[in-house]
Amino acid sequence: MIKVAVVGQPNVGKSMLINSISKGHLKVGNFSGVTVEKEDIFTNFQNKELDVIDLPGSYSLKDFTIDEKVTSDFLKNGDYHLIVNVVDSTHLKKNLYLTTQLLELNRDMILVLNMIDEAEKKEIDIDAEYLSSILGIPVLKFSASEKRGTEKLLETIVNMPKTENKIIYSDPIEEEILNIETFLNKRKFIDDRFTNRQVATKLLQNSQDMFEKMHNSLLWVELSDVLKHSLEHLYIHFNEKDMANIFSEERVAISTGLVRETVKFGTPKKKRCTTRKIDDVLIHQVWGIPIFLFLIWGLFQLTFEIGSIPMDWIDSGVGMFGELVGSQIGDEFFRSLIVDGIISGVGAVLLFLPNILILFLGIALLETTGYMSRVAFLLDGFFHKFGLHGKSFIPLVTGFGCSIPAYMSARTLKNEKDRLITMFIIGFMSCGAKLPVYVLFLSAFFSSEDAGNYLFAIYLLGAIFGLIGAKVLRMFVFKGEDEPFVMELPTYRLPSFFLLWHTVKTQAIMYLKKAGTFILVASMVIWFASNFPKYEQPENISNIEFQKYSLENSYLGLIGKTTQPFFEPLGFDWQLTIALETGIAAKEVVVATLGVLYSLGDEVDENSETLLTRIRENIPFASAVAFIVFVMVYLPCFAASIVFIKESGKNIYFLYLIIFTTASAYILSFIAYNLVKAIE
Amino acid sequence: MKTLIELEKNEKVIILKITAKGDLRERLISFGVTKGSEIELKHCSPNRENLEIDVDGVFIALRKDEAQHIKVGKIDD
Repeated sequence: MIKVAVVGQPNVGKSMLINSISKGHLKVGNFSGVTVEKEDIFTNFQNKELDVIDLPGSYSLKDFTIDEKVTSDFLKNGDYHLIVNVVDSTHLKKNLYLTTQLLELNRDMILVLNMIDEAEKKEIDIDAEYLSSILGIPVLKFSASEKRGTEKLLETIVNMPKTENKIIYSDPIEEEILNIETFLNKRKFIDDRFTNRQVATKLLQNSQDMFEKMHNSLLWVELSDVLKHSLEHLYIHFNEKDMANIFSEERVAISTGLVRETVKFGTPKKKRCTTRKIDDVLIHQVWGIPIFLFLIWGLFQLTFEIGSIPMDWIDSGVGMFGELVGSQIGDEFFRSLIVDGIISGVGAVLLFLPNILILFLGIALLETTGYMSRVAFLLDGFFHKFGLHGKSFIPLVTGFGCSIPAYMSARTLKNEKDRLITMFIIGFMSCGAKLPVYVLFLSAFFSSEDAGNYLFAIYLLGAIFGLIGAKVLRMFVFKGEDEPFVMELPTYRLPSFFLLWHTVKTQAIMYLKKAGTFILVASMVIWFASNFPKYEQPENISNIEFQKYSLENSYLGLIGKTTQPFFEPLGFDWQLTIALETGIAAKEVVVATLGVLYSLGDEVDENSETLLTRIRENIPFASAVAFIVFVMVYLPCFAASIVFIKESGKNIYFLYLIIFTTASAYILSFIAYNLVKAIE
Repeated sequence: MKTLIELEKNEKVIILKITAKGDLRERLISFGVTKGSEIELKHCSPNRENLEIDVDGVFIALRKDEAQHIKVGKIDD
């Protein structure tokens, strides 16, 4: 098996390239940090197995953020055969900076000039053969979007020629490298991995690893003299005492030189910069933020408006299906388990599939076009005041979809405190699983014209709570220095239809899977817990009253009733209480629980067939508002909690998170309940 | 020698010196913000808290504090 490490700066289309050579199923976003963990994709070519390793985008091999550390650690110590360095042909000089660092790793390497189609449109003409002969490695033209060069790349990977790093530094450095190299040669020094020239270079770069290695060698006493001498020469020549700075200047000079030698820039026509024109509007000093808010408002409108059309069909479909199935089952026990337990529980969750899909499609659109990083730029000043970093915006928006990738993408924040604050408030950004709860209550209490606006308000309010929470955390818990804000704004790109379709399809499958497995089991558990223990029906009590009595004295009812007094000040009855408690497993379970509970304890008349009407008739408005607020803020689900613990690095942070979210949820919900009651 | 924040919008200049140290310096350089590159101020957020610059066709956003580390001067052909 050939292990191929794919490396490049962010936004050069690494993941796209991997998609096209492996027909794999990866997510491609137009924002740095979409890949934050290394991922293996297996494929084969000419009967050879390939393990393609997608590494997080890195601007340089000096670790800046956690995800970049993943890349540099793997490249230095990992197990792989060759590097495929992907570069953006339209910004070659900037990209070659990383290439010069990669070449020093002394591994076989292929340079892939990606987005060559865009470069050609901009009349940038790159002489790949010449570049290849200067660098000493294969250089291939490639276009992931036009699927150009795929075959050639795979062929080169499979038949990788032996390559040799041919980077040449400026004369003063080359002189000192030669000095040390000659010394090593004279002493017949042989390293197991690097040539003596490379050893010399690394010593001049003050490479920690190399120092440690050489320190144990008998040569060290003399070598250190030679090295000291060389370094002093260079300090004087460059008028600079930091070798890291000297070498980064060298790399820039080499990249500039390479571009000058091998690239011809045409005189492109005026239309060159659509990105600029779009930016003039989208990040306008005054209109930028209102436009952003409008777009998000539009997204929630669509989520509700379009999503509610099939929702009614699904709702009545589930009701009819339940009746149909119910009429076929004679046994009372099984009838109730299947109709009241499984169909009500899973059905309640299925209702919201359309909403979820629209929301995810919207977020995917924001991600892949490159707009997200613009918003990070727009909001940085504002965020900064609340103790957040502009880059926090990306994990936060991702949090509207699901908290799990959001926690992961917080890795792009370099500063530990910024990262933790961001992670603590990700839960305030209502995730997709909370959407069903909101939509259920909004549809029950409002007309569909207003519901979209209220939905937007809920999300906005969540975000505002989050900002306030961040400020509190910054002031009292995570005090400290700010991280610098320097961020590349990627060129706008049209999202590919395939990619969007892929996102929606994946989400739909995942949601249905969850409904069919986890939610199904949860619904059954809830049904059992609400039907047992069984009681004898006394003579003097009517059927309906007995049903009510049984439910209230079931296991679930007992738990709910015991804990309900704690939620009394928020106006929750025991059903709402238990829904919150089961919701800790997953937020969809809140809806499933309500579905089961309100279909069992059916006190309302026979006409109220659907869940929506049952909710409307059983829950007072103020309690419903308080419930929504509580769900907005309280604990993330079980799966997200595990990721939180892993990503935050300390168990104690999870305890903080529990206290922080529960206290905020209780207080805010209490305020909401009393506020609504006062107004009513 | 001016710093980046003193520029007018759409003013095109050349980078003379980067005074940032350590990580920030490495980051700027790896973005292509290097001595001798042409640079143009494209957008700024209210109060000039944040700036967007164009360096050789690469768009970079930074804060006022970071922009102060970039010294620039007129392009003379």
